[in-house]
Amino acid sequence: MDIISVLLILSCLLLLGSSRLNVAIRVVAAQGILLGILPLDRSMGEFTAGIWVLSISTLISKGILLPWLMSICVRNSEIRREIEPFIGFGSSLLCGIGLLALAVWVTVRMPAVPGKLPVGFLMTSSFFLVFVGLFLMVTRRKALTQSLAYLVMENGVYGVGVGMSLDFPFVVELGILLDVFVGVFLMGNLLFHLDREFEHMDVDKLTELSDVSESPTIDGEQIA
Amino acid sequence: MEVFISGCLILVFSGAVALLSGRSRGAPWLAALGVWVGCGTALVPVLATLAGQAPESLQIAWGMPGGSLSFGLDGLSAFFCLPILLVSPLAALYGCEYLAHEKKPLGSILFFYNVLVASMLLLMAARNGLLFLVVWEIMAISSFFLVIFDDEHAHVREAGWTYLIATHIGTAALLVFFALLGRQAGSLEFDAMADAKLAPAMASVLFGLAVVGFGSKAGFFPLHVWLPEAHPAAPSHVSALMSGVMIKTGIYGLLRALTMLGAPLEAWGWTLVIIGLLSGVLGVAFALAQHDLKRLLAYHSVENIGIIALGIGTGVLGLTWNQPVLAVLGLGGGILHVLNHAIFKSLLFLGAGAVVHSTHTRDIDHLGGLLKSMRWTGLTFLVASAAISGLPPFNGFVSEFLIYMAGFSGVRTGASNTVVLAIGSVGGLALIGGLAAACFAKAFGIVFLGEPRSSHATEAREVGAAMRWPMAALAAVCLGIGLFAPLALRLVLPAVQAIAGAENVLIDGPLDSAISVLSGVAWVSVCLLALATGLFCIRRRLPRGEEETTTGTWDCGYAHPTARMQYTASSFAQPLTDLFRMVLRTHRQGNVPQGFFPRRATYGTETPDAARERLFAPLFRIIDRCAAPIRRMQHGRVHEYLLYIAIVLILLLIWKAGGPQ
Amino acid sequence: MKTLHWIGPVMAWVLSPLMLGIINRVKAVFAGRRGQPLCQLYYDLFKLLRKGSVYSRSTSLVIRVAPSVVLACMMICTMLVPWGKMEAPVAFAGDIILLAYLLGLARFATVLAALDTGSAFEGMGASREVEFAALAEPSFFLGMLVLVLHCGSIGLSDVMAGFSSPTWQTSGILLGLVACSWFILLLTENSRIPIDDPNTHLELTMIHEVMVLDYSGPDFAYILYGASLKLWVFAALVVNLIVPLRSVPVWGQIPLFLLGMGVIAVLVGIVESILARLRLQQVPKILIGAAALSIIALTVELME
Repeated sequence: MDIISVLLILSCLLLLGSSRLNVAIRVVAAQGILLGILPLDRSMGEFTAGIWVLSISTLISKGILLPWLMSICVRNSEIRREIEPFIGFGSSLLCGIGLLALAVWVTVRMPAVPGKLPVGFLMTSSFFLVFVGLFLMVTRRKALTQSLAYLVMENGVYGVGVGMSLDFPFVVELGILLDVFVGVFLMGNLLFHLDREFEHMDVDKLTELSDVSESPTIDGEQIA
Repeated sequence: MEVFISGCLILVFSGAVALLSGRSRGAPWLAALGVWVGCGTALVPVLATLAGQAPESLQIAWGMPGGSLSFGLDGLSAFFCLPILLVSPLAALYGCEYLAHEKKPLGSILFFYNVLVASMLLLMAARNGLLFLVVWEIMAISSFFLVIFDDEHAHVREAGWTYLIATHIGTAALLVFFALLGRQAGSLEFDAMADAKLAPAMASVLFGLAVVGFGSKAGFFPLHVWLPEAHPAAPSHVSALMSGVMIKTGIYGLLRALTMLGAPLEAWGWTLVIIGLLSGVLGVAFALAQHDLKRLLAYHSVENIGIIALGIGTGVLGLTWNQPVLAVLGLGGGILHVLNHAIFKSLLFLGAGAVVHSTHTRDIDHLGGLLKSMRWTGLTFLVASAAISGLPPFNGFVSEFLIYMAGFSGVRTGASNTVVLAIGSVGGLALIGGLAAACFAKAFGIVFLGEPRSSHATEAREVGAAMRWPMAALAAVCLGIGLFAPLALRLVLPAVQAIAGAENVLIDGPLDSAISVLSGVAWVSVCLLALATGLFCIRRRLPRGEEETTTGTWDCGYAHPTARMQYTASSFAQPLTDLFRMVLRTHRQGNVPQGFFPRRATYGTETPDAARERLFAPLFRIIDRCAAPIRRMQHGRVHEYLLYIAIVLILLLIWKAGGPQ
Repeated sequence: MKTLHWIGPVMAWVLSPLMLGIINRVKAVFAGRRGQPLCQLYYDLFKLLRKGSVYSRSTSLVIRVAPSVVLACMMICTMLVPWGKMEAPVAFAGDIILLAYLLGLARFATVLAALDTGSAFEGMGASREVEFAALAEPSFFLGMLVLVLHCGSIGLSDVMAGFSSPTWQTSGILLGLVACSWFILLLTENSRIPIDDPNTHLELTMIHEVMVLDYSGPDFAYILYGASLKLWVFAALVVNLIVPLRSVPVWGQIPLFLLGMGVIAVLVGIVESILARLRLQQVPKILIGAAALSIIALTVELME
């Protein structure tokens, strides 16, 4: 069971350190597959139909469908790499270690919920997934990486859910997955439109849309 | 105790004589003789204290309110006297030749040198808060006058000014410290202050004041900003004394404060560990970016003070967590590093001084190939470089080994806070050690190896005997402490007992295991030396009858390589300075080569101190702006000043007369 | 019996050049060549010992002394590494620190000798070498910290003696993570692809190879032999972690240990044949990643 958590953490490290979008998509797909196996592992032998459905649906949606959508976006947009993020790749790795420490600190202070399975290493790795997702959303420039980061965050939330208990209402889980699906779908659309209108995917450049500029200009030349 | 005081008095007296006979040729030798005799006299009670028989403390009444001239030696003081007594005579002997060709009268520098040494010794023996502060101030003032010896240069005056301000900020914090603690205890005697019962909040405030006050003298980050200015500006033997010995008085003060503040809190230990890691990593990062030899060495002092703080912080955490092993190893390693750093840093500065004396430049990129012309200087500098990088078989390895062992030993209980401490101290120390080795490979390699890069370096000649023998002696001590590591730990024992013994901690068990481990280290060092020598002799015998030819270095077919095509200091350190560029903010200037047959191109880097640029400079600007209105009161009109005095006097009279009868 | 403990170092001294032979043979097989004889390094060493030497005029005594220092450090390192149940001939608490710093001393000597030649090529290699070493040392110590936390004792021999098959079942992840981390260090410290290319002689790609350009004769023999001993030391550390030597009786441990070393050599050869050399700017990421592996292992240990 710990192996899955450790592999999840290692996958996050890969995400932090790599600049290639294809690698990132494959890593997120791998995370999805791992999370699909997770309920089976946690159930400790009591395989009910609900667990099988949960597991297989997660596997298909997180592990196959959504990454496939992403890769279509990448192919259409001809962007292959994340160049010059706000925090460099080596520093991102160091921040990742710091986020891992934060995740450990948070998990150690959480009380065990009575009646449910005890808090374990899975919680730490799930929190770490959430933090890494947030970090990537803040520090990377490309819209595609940001939506991938959103996926990673959702993976983390899912992991926390599985870690807390297994009798998670199926409907709520579907709801979460729908959220993810809608989010990705919307972002994908946005990406297409961004791509056509502005010929690049730098979210940072969206600030150019704002009417309020920082210094007075005449005909585009800055006065002060 | 009288013997000790008389040693100090001999120092001051010989300094005064040298001051009066400032222009004669023999004045430096006389002053140096005074230092040797004075230090030798003071050595006797120090050794007696370390052996367990402290001399009687001395108490003389003094006119100052709250103050008394009380002196005494205990394990902690005696240990911190050792670097002073070891380095000062050697540096004084070195200074005789170093200053021999100065045109200026030497009286002032000789006098203040002796006063500095005497004040440091008296500081170790002071047992009264007011006496401590007075001696502290004497130490600061005399070192200020030493720093501005070459005051015809503007940057030296600038450096002296920075130093004066920094040391007085520290003294201000110390004034508050002693005032508060004295008020709690009822008297300014150290014994009374040690017995005072303090609330934890008050104790933490006092600890914070001690860290600021003593830390600015020691060179904790970010209070270290005076170190890279003052140490290069001073003459080299003075730099050796200041960097090797004087900044340790800050560490002494901090340890003395710890003994007076009662049982330490966990937060204090963590503060010291974090300060230690910051100073260590940032100190060595800045050192990597320097190409002035003495400024590089000054930043390394910051780094080593960080290592000392790390060791002491680990020890304090061991005391709070009731782990005697952690406490003994951490404190022992930190305190032993005080002695080790004093020796190899002084040796480095003396070597740098020899290089500067011989080549008249401090810029590393203009030197090179000096090992062939300055063999003794080069070899002793090599020993010191290996020692400061913490490599076996020298002394730097022994103290860093103890701090590593502290980190590893603490982990054995499995508690999570020990693991966090271990990650920080072990990982941090490994990073600091690796970066320090990189920096000294750069410093030694570019200065002493290869081909000379400019005419400064080709004209270098070996320095005279008076400069060589002190360096050789210090190098021998470096090797000696490395090979006799268990003995060195026994030296540290009284100091550790003085700090830990205040909390009644059993330290015999951990000490024995530490000594047996160090014996293993010492044996391996001996084997290493023997094996290396043996292999070298075998290799010498191998090509029997085969020729040994010399040729130029392989240059890939380039027809005319020049010495300027060798790697420079900036290029050597570039991968690492690139990693740290967020912190270093190096300014680069120059014009790139242009065209197909470029004629001239220049490139230069400059790394200003980050704490100074981004913390203190803006802070002082804000203070300046806020204080500007008050300047209107200082307009130079004497009548208005007299009016102010008159008003205050009358108000006081009314207040006192109108009070209760 | 103390004499049995010396089998480890003696094996290292006799068999270490063979490991390089195995690596080169694996690379040749992948490339479709027949490759050098397995004992090629032995022939090279004997040839070099009989040759004369050529020194550069720019050098001083540093380059003449450095090979002896390097070889002495490596030989003592082989005396510190345990194998299986046998503890090393030299073993005391904290000897892992001594091992790391002896390697550091050897590196210091090599770097200084490189700068001694006054050539820009050696300077380039030296500056990269010290950068990667500074980043690799924390990974080494953090890996050891994990093992100390797991075993409770600090001596290398005690720590390695504590591993056996049951350990793999309970704490397999820990050992796996530390072994991966130390394998990356093995590739870094011994100048293997993907960090450095041991076969190239272009200055743009050299780190270790360029620092030894100006050695000749017996000096070069010392350096090559020292490098093979270093590879042996690192491989022995990884083998001690992965192969459950303690579960096997004593007479079976030597063949199993040698088999493990052979497997490591083959693995290094495969890694060298499959991967391309990394750009120099990417290497710090790998090294930080190796440190991160150890930190993950520490968190796993903490959370249990």
